[in-house]
Amino acid sequence: MLKVEQQQPVEFSSALKEKFDEIISRYPKGKHKSALLPMLHEVQAELGWLSPDAMDKVAAYLDIQNIEVYEVASFYSMYFLKPQGKYVLEVCRTGPCCLVGAEKLMNHIEQNLGVKEGEVTSDGLFSWRGVECLAACGYGPVLQIGPEYTFYENLNEQKVDELIQDLRKK
Amino acid sequence: MKWSFLAKPEGVARYLVCNADESEPGTFKDRYLMTHIPHALIEGMIVSSFALGANTSYIYVRGEMMPQIRILEKAIAEAKHAGFLGKNILGTGYDLELYVQPGGGAYICGEETALLESLEGKRGNPRIKPPFPAIAGLYGCPTVVNNVESIAATVPIINDGGDEYAKIGIGRSTGTKLISASGNLVRPGVYEIDLGLPVEEFIYSDEYCGGIANGKRLKATVAGGSSVPILPANLTLKLANGEPRLMSYESLSEGGFATGSMMGSGGFIAFDEDQCIVRNTWNFARFYHHESCGQCSPCREGTGWMEKVLHRIEYGHGKMSDIDLLVDVSKKIEGNTICPLGDAAAWPVASAIRHFRDEFEWHVKEPIKCLDTNYGLANYAEPIAKAEVTTGN
Repeated sequence: MLKVEQQQPVEFSSALKEKFDEIISRYPKGKHKSALLPMLHEVQAELGWLSPDAMDKVAAYLDIQNIEVYEVASFYSMYFLKPQGKYVLEVCRTGPCCLVGAEKLMNHIEQNLGVKEGEVTSDGLFSWRGVECLAACGYGPVLQIGPEYTFYENLNEQKVDELIQDLRKK
Repeated sequence: MKWSFLAKPEGVARYLVCNADESEPGTFKDRYLMTHIPHALIEGMIVSSFALGANTSYIYVRGEMMPQIRILEKAIAEAKHAGFLGKNILGTGYDLELYVQPGGGAYICGEETALLESLEGKRGNPRIKPPFPAIAGLYGCPTVVNNVESIAATVPIINDGGDEYAKIGIGRSTGTKLISASGNLVRPGVYEIDLGLPVEEFIYSDEYCGGIANGKRLKATVAGGSSVPILPANLTLKLANGEPRLMSYESLSEGGFATGSMMGSGGFIAFDEDQCIVRNTWNFARFYHHESCGQCSPCREGTGWMEKVLHRIEYGHGKMSDIDLLVDVSKKIEGNTICPLGDAAAWPVASAIRHFRDEFEWHVKEPIKCLDTNYGLANYAEPIAKAEVTTGN
């Protein structure tokens, strides 16, 4: 369900608008709505989440109704409709990864970061959540971190602790 | 072949769309292909687009695979630079533009019409067929949707000839197949096998998975991605008549749903003796509930009910009647939805109860014990110990 978070006016950078135009050029004339999903990824990579104002501006850019953006943003699991930590650890929690310890790993991350699934650490650096199958079942447990969606495979508690430590230092 | 159905009206664009929305739990062969041999896919897209007369083609990659999207975009730029893409390719007068489209994270977009909806910038709700995409697909134009493995295989088939390719394999299962092996195996990973390999050899041979990890015994397998029926170890290795089961379309489905499974997406998941079938069934049910697009009531509601009932059995609050309730709900989903996600959600639950009913009943009878103890192998599995296997992955 789409819940309205704090409204902050958003201004897209000219680099972002250039990227928008390149994306729109991939589709036949009049079919520019196809650009919506890739554009939302670009916006999220820049702003960290999709605020209502950001979605409205995407709608205006594509000359479509606001609702057409909301219904897409709320359907797909990758789009954040709430502010997140700078690094979102997304751990695969589906069958094959659970066979090799994904649930234990999620408990460990919860302890290490001290926040529940979906919450943001007080320094604003981290949030984490379980996600459904990331199609890397042979390399589990796995997690990914956006916006580059870098992949971390064959994880254990020690490797995750090191990863979190490295990110803190960045 | 899907291609022969493509409508070819004059003056209407045709499209080739590659389905790289790989998300069936247990399957990760497309990720491997796109990471390590992206050019095989690009070359396949070019020759297939040429054959179909498409001038714009898209590779729809699931959004989580951003690293693979970057790899493909780089490979496309290289192909363009070499003159294999763009206007008047190699002086043939044929033009082709190839683009990568990221998804947004939705299993349902692996269904071809949901994928086309998503590619048009909408929610991934499957369309009612007919019309099939070959008549009215992307933007209402004739469209072929093929998966990564099929498109990548077009080039070797053209180079070696179809007859040569068909010599590999057994019976109607010709050619090679990529198998994604995961779960409690010594060497999980992607294997290209000649169809017809015995399942036992695939699991235990050092050339393939190398046996069950940590010296444990095999309890069960899901042979073709999370949606196909789960089989206990004895039925995995042997058919009901005692003959060895083979990795082929026919042999894996031998015995129907009573004693067989399916090749499905080639996602081979192995469970060791310490795994709980109820917990895993609940996990898969949660997955399908999460991924149901919500269009058809039997799937939207039914997957939620199955998840809830399985959750209470797993956590010691189940009733004996819940087990039949699950079977009943699964039957009411199966075949009553627009797309196959409903069937995919129903089969794992129905088959787990069919083969492991005693484990479900044990959870009901032992509500406290089941929280920290495993039912184990019991008597339905035929444990094959492999003494020399001692290492994990």
